[in-house]
Formats: sequence, C-alpha cells, structure tokens
Amino acid sequence: MNCLQCDQKSVMVLQHGSLCKIHFINYFEDKVFKTISKYNLIDKNDKLCVAASGGKDSLTVLYLTKKYLEFRNIPMDTLFALAIDEGIEHYRAKTLVDLRQFCEEYRITLHIIEAKQEFNYTLDEAFPIINKGTKKKPCNICGVWRRYLLNKYARKYGATKVITGHNLDDEAQAIMMNMFKANTDLAAHLGPITGVQEHKLFAQRVKPLYFCTEKETRLYALLKEFQVEFIECPYSNQGLRSYIQTMLNDAEQNYKGIKQGIINSFLAILPLLKERATEEREEVMACTQCQEPAHQEICNACKIKNGLAAV
Amino acid sequence: MTMKITVTQERTNKTEIISFKGKTVKELLGQLKINSETVLVIRNSEVITEDETLADKDQLKLLSVVSGG
Repeated sequence: MNCLQCDQKSVMVLQHGSLCKIHFINYFEDKVFKTISKYNLIDKNDKLCVAASGGKDSLTVLYLTKKYLEFRNIPMDTLFALAIDEGIEHYRAKTLVDLRQFCEEYRITLHIIEAKQEFNYTLDEAFPIINKGTKKKPCNICGVWRRYLLNKYARKYGATKVITGHNLDDEAQAIMMNMFKANTDLAAHLGPITGVQEHKLFAQRVKPLYFCTEKETRLYALLKEFQVEFIECPYSNQGLRSYIQTMLNDAEQNYKGIKQGIINSFLAILPLLKERATEEREEVMACTQCQEPAHQEICNACKIKNGLAAV
Repeated sequence: MTMKITVTQERTNKTEIISFKGKTVKELLGQLKINSETVLVIRNSEVITEDETLADKDQLKLLSVVSGG
C-alpha cells in the first residue's frame, strides 16, 4: 500500500489512510506539538523535568520536548531528565544504559534516583516482605515509589512540570482499570494534564504523547533510530493492567479505533469528573514523616517504609 | 504453494522457519496467532504493512510494540 500523500511505500496504516516514513514522522510530530499547544502543556516560563526510563516512550517524549523547545526558541537549560532506578535486577540497569547514551548524544542533563538510597531496599528486596503482609503486587509498590520520587526530586531540581511518556494505550488502559474498579475519583486525575488541583507540593504532570498509540510511538522511535532494546520487566504480567492491555489490543484488531474511542468518550466526561472530584476532594497535607504530599497523616511511601522497618 | 518464511521475534529472541500457505503479512500473523497491534514487521531493514505480500524465503523480524515495563 502506498502513502496517501505521495507514491512512497507506506510504513503505517492509520484509520484514514496509509503514510510513508517521512509523512508518518511529520504526522506524529505534528500530533504531539498540537497536543502540547491545545492543552498548554509547556509554557515558556516552565522548568521541565522529563520522567525518563530509557524505553521508547520516554526517549520519544524527551526528544520531542527538546525539539519543541527549539521550535519555540525556549532556552534548553529549562529541560532535564529524571530517571528512577527501582532496583529490579536484569531490567532497569539495562534501560538506563540506553538513556545515559541518549542524554549524552542530545546534551540533556540526567539525574538518576535510586530507590535503595531513599528507602534502604530495592524493589526486588522490598516486594516479598511487603507482599507477605499485604498481598500487594510489585506494581503497587513500584507505582507508589516512582510517583513519590519523581514528584520529590522534580521539585528539588526546580521543575514546574513533569513530562511523562504516557501514550494513548497507557491512558485507555488506565481509564478501563478505573472503570472496572469503580475508581471514579482516581479517573478524574487522568487526562493530558494530571491531577485535579494545583498544589505547591505537586509538580504538575503532563502527557504530550496522549493521542499517540503505542504502535505509532514504537514506529516513530524506530524510524528516528533511537536505541531501544526490548527488555521485559520480570513483574510486568502480574497486574490487572496486563489483562486489560491484551483485551484492548484484541478489540482494536477487530474494531479499529476502539482505543481512540475510549479516549474521546473519556475526555467528554472528564470535566464533570474533575468538577465532582474538586467538590469532594480531600485536603492535601504534608506527610508527618517526610513532609511530602499525602491524603492522610502518613503518605503511602512512608507506610511502605514503615512496613519494611517493622521486619 | 507452501513458502518457508524465517521469523525472528524480538520478544522471545527466537528464530523459527514457518511453513506458510497464505499470501500476506496479515495472514502470517494470523497463523502465528500474533495480534497485529502488538508488533511491527521488518523485512530487509524496512517496515512493512499488513497488506504486504510475502515471498518464499523471506526473512522477517517482529518488533514488540508493547513496552516491557
């Protein structure tokens, strides 16, 4: 099949036609830049922290954030990358090699924060201990740690926004997960700009790849020749997300546009969810142990820390 | 006619020679029970789409779209 805009061979079949390499790259970048502009994800006065892991999504969003800043003549010293090393053997260390190389090549400052330094345990060490008492899955602990460390160190390094590589698939999965578990309050925190309220203890999280599918993002990273090695997290199949991911991919294969439909439907009701969450919101407090944001006296990261200290 | 197609999967890092009686990439993925949403198909260093016709002794690499994390 040939590109709908020229005679070249296509590399991707989209809902409304096929695109060759050059026109696909243009389409992808245009979509990301339009998302940034439409939702005002980046302001010229922002200091930007890109949450990076070394995977296709974070390298793509890092590269395109840099390109957007160049395009808008915003000084590059407003940008840095922040990676969290959770301590998962045979996994994270390898993706960080690609990330270090990428940041060197594109001259982007990189900070790496180790969970072991902060919590005295790697995820591999903490999971069996926490799981024994609470039945928590590794992704539950990892999620709490990552959000905590990203927010804490993004603020520490002066960021006003945290840019994440969440793509359309990630978002569609999160929407369905919240729907399946009736977490409508959590759903209000989704969208291209994360969160319900602005607060001095939170660095606002934004998602420039919000309308890019996982397949499009992988193709973009490939065509741009970003060094992305496929390495699977040893814990990746243990959560509800993995189940929903398979379910949505099966649906998408048979009914093109399902994932986009989920996003569009969600965006139509998101203002109502945010309004309700604002009315009923719990006050954000400072954790009495670490002074990081919490909805209760002690934040979730400190609860895990306390659980580990009690062993 | 039955074709022999060499398929390397990034996810498992395994290479297999597949006997294939169909014509297109889409049919091959169907035979292998691989969801086309989860892979990019590479032939001779180029990305090919699902409608592409395959030839005997083609060598394909299936890149995983789904993140490993």
